[in-house]
Amino acid sequence: MIIRLLAWVAAVTLSLTVQVAAQQAQLAITYVSREGDQAYIHKRRYTGLRLRNRYPVLGAAKVAMKESRIVGRAIGVKFKLIELQLKEAVTAVDAVRKHIDSSNSRVLILDLPLADFLAVSGQLTGESVIMFNPRHHANRLRRQDCQSSLLHTIPSQAMLSDSMAQFLRKRNWTRVLMLVGEHDQDRLTANAFEASAKKFGLTIAYRRSFTLRNDPRQRDLNNIALLTGGNYDAVFISDEVGDFGRYVPYQTTLPRPVVGAHGLQASAWHWTWERHGAPQLNQRFARKAKRYMSETDWAGWAAVRSVVEAVTRTKRTDIGSIAGFLRSDQFVLDGYKGNPSNFRAWTNQLRQPILLHTHDAVIARAPIDGFLHKSSTLDTLGDDAKDSTCRFANK
Amino acid sequence: MSLELPRGQCVLLALCLSILLLQNNTLLAKNTGLIFISNEKSSDITILDLKGEFVRSIPTCARPRGMHFSKDRLQFYVGCADDSTIAVYETSTQKIVKRIRNVEEPETFDLHPDGVHLYVSNEEDAAASVLNINTGELVAEYDTGEEPEGVLFTRDGKLVFVASEAANLVHVIDTVKGAVIKDILVDTRPRRFALTPDEKELWVSAELAGVVNIIDVETLKLVGDIAFLPTGMRKEEVTPVDVLITRDGTRGYVALGRANHVAVVDVKSRKVIKYVLVGKRSWGLALNKDESKLYIANGLSDDISILDTASLTVKKSVPVGTVPYGILIDDH
Repeated sequence: MIIRLLAWVAAVTLSLTVQVAAQQAQLAITYVSREGDQAYIHKRRYTGLRLRNRYPVLGAAKVAMKESRIVGRAIGVKFKLIELQLKEAVTAVDAVRKHIDSSNSRVLILDLPLADFLAVSGQLTGESVIMFNPRHHANRLRRQDCQSSLLHTIPSQAMLSDSMAQFLRKRNWTRVLMLVGEHDQDRLTANAFEASAKKFGLTIAYRRSFTLRNDPRQRDLNNIALLTGGNYDAVFISDEVGDFGRYVPYQTTLPRPVVGAHGLQASAWHWTWERHGAPQLNQRFARKAKRYMSETDWAGWAAVRSVVEAVTRTKRTDIGSIAGFLRSDQFVLDGYKGNPSNFRAWTNQLRQPILLHTHDAVIARAPIDGFLHKSSTLDTLGDDAKDSTCRFANK
Repeated sequence: MSLELPRGQCVLLALCLSILLLQNNTLLAKNTGLIFISNEKSSDITILDLKGEFVRSIPTCARPRGMHFSKDRLQFYVGCADDSTIAVYETSTQKIVKRIRNVEEPETFDLHPDGVHLYVSNEEDAAASVLNINTGELVAEYDTGEEPEGVLFTRDGKLVFVASEAANLVHVIDTVKGAVIKDILVDTRPRRFALTPDEKELWVSAELAGVVNIIDVETLKLVGDIAFLPTGMRKEEVTPVDVLITRDGTRGYVALGRANHVAVVDVKSRKVIKYVLVGKRSWGLALNKDESKLYIANGLSDDISILDTASLTVKKSVPVGTVPYGILIDDH
């Protein structure tokens, strides 16, 4: 129903657009979300605690749209954001196709659960659309499931774990104890970290699983003292749920720093980042959204800003020109992290610095000084061209 | 110069006082030989003498950045973003005269040649506002792109240029018409301006592009670029911020930010003569009166480099507060 309504609104808007087209070009960006998305349902834990609240990236996209108003004035293009929320029952691909047909809005920001995300990005690629991933770190989206029409503004899991490995290497904390949860995501995160450890010469001293169950027969799987025995320099925690890892700092057998899901974390963005103009963006976002800017917010913002930048520089609003420019080496995004960002040709992943932060301070910015690369130090993070397994089906 | 009146002979107290006051005024009017540096993170102003020796440090409002002298140089203004305040100081005593409040997050500003109207970039508000510095009144406001930054007047005060960092635009405001007459698209993250003395060229630093864009003032079109790349640096480390052109129009200085160098440019040929290594993230620049010394604020190493412009070598580095931003020199 909502979709039909949206389609109708879009159709009306489109007809209006045609009338004003003579005076001003327009570019629409569609934000796609799914009703009842589990990631955004705030789960209360024991005693009403909320450990990992996540928020849709719509608010950040709106902030970026507002920023684009004056740029639009300068180049004579009106930017517009359309919201498309998929009802629980509908098939994502069908609904998105229908929306594109009716609105002719061909730039999509996909804030969808992974299954929907894979379906939409897989089937729409090559159909004269540009899709953005502001949400999923999953390496598979940059490897076997990479798509030529899909651009990632959120860093890959490999970029995050490479950043952490560089940091540990630099501090000479080279023997790492890994504590890995039972969630599928925990294993993926842990595997990514192991690969990064190998890449930067760290030793995985132990990889141990933990469980949240209180079964005395599994005491060695839920007792932090037992889990943290041995000899190591740092503890890496992989804990998607977040109800175990938060008890690890200060309870380890050896006095060692905790990194990963708790303690020192790697993210695309942090609300305390204070260099390179970041305070302005953080404050602008917080004023509008009434909360701190998260890394997915940043990635959603970066997606809109990328499109606006491409339209501004090419002075074109057709998908071919925008996509071509976005994927060219002329494209520059100012992500407020110091380095100019652009997209890697081999995965469509946005090159970017990564912030290593605690809950309230940014400790370091990766790439860490001293890790060199023949073309861009940013490419020391994540899959480099020569290691990439991504093969775009539609160029 | 000290007062050496034999006090016992001073019969009329009032006369004595007036002499004292008079002397005081002429002594302290201007040309204190002091350098003021706003420290963005420690919220204070470091005061140095012309040799770069530390004199003292005074606390100021929160997150002080842009600074500017009043037309007669008897006062100076400090923009404090976190307090949304412009603080007015007496140059001679560095005592606060007044605070103009509710100026949305001022970053930098320039004073209209009339000495009354201050054009302020309101970083959080996507606007350039015009303040009457005497009354503190908001006189006008112009919409800009997000994060307006550098502000610069032409000498006649007819045009004012405002850079918008996040929108990659240079807005040209006609102060007579009271309107933005042009938005010029420039390279990524435009920060500061300099005009050649003949006012034919406007230089704009584009921080993330690592270049200075040159705009022809008559046509308001981009006519050239100067790219920077000190030896051993990568392009992405070159993040130019402040730009200065000497009074004779021969030489330009560009602070290269994270490349930790200042570029010395021959204005006519637009070629770099030399890169001089300074502190970390060099961004604020100021020249002394005879332009023999260039002072450079280094935002990440929390110090000031003093460069001898004849030999183009750094003679001294002086620690200041945390994240130094702007420099004012009171030497004339």
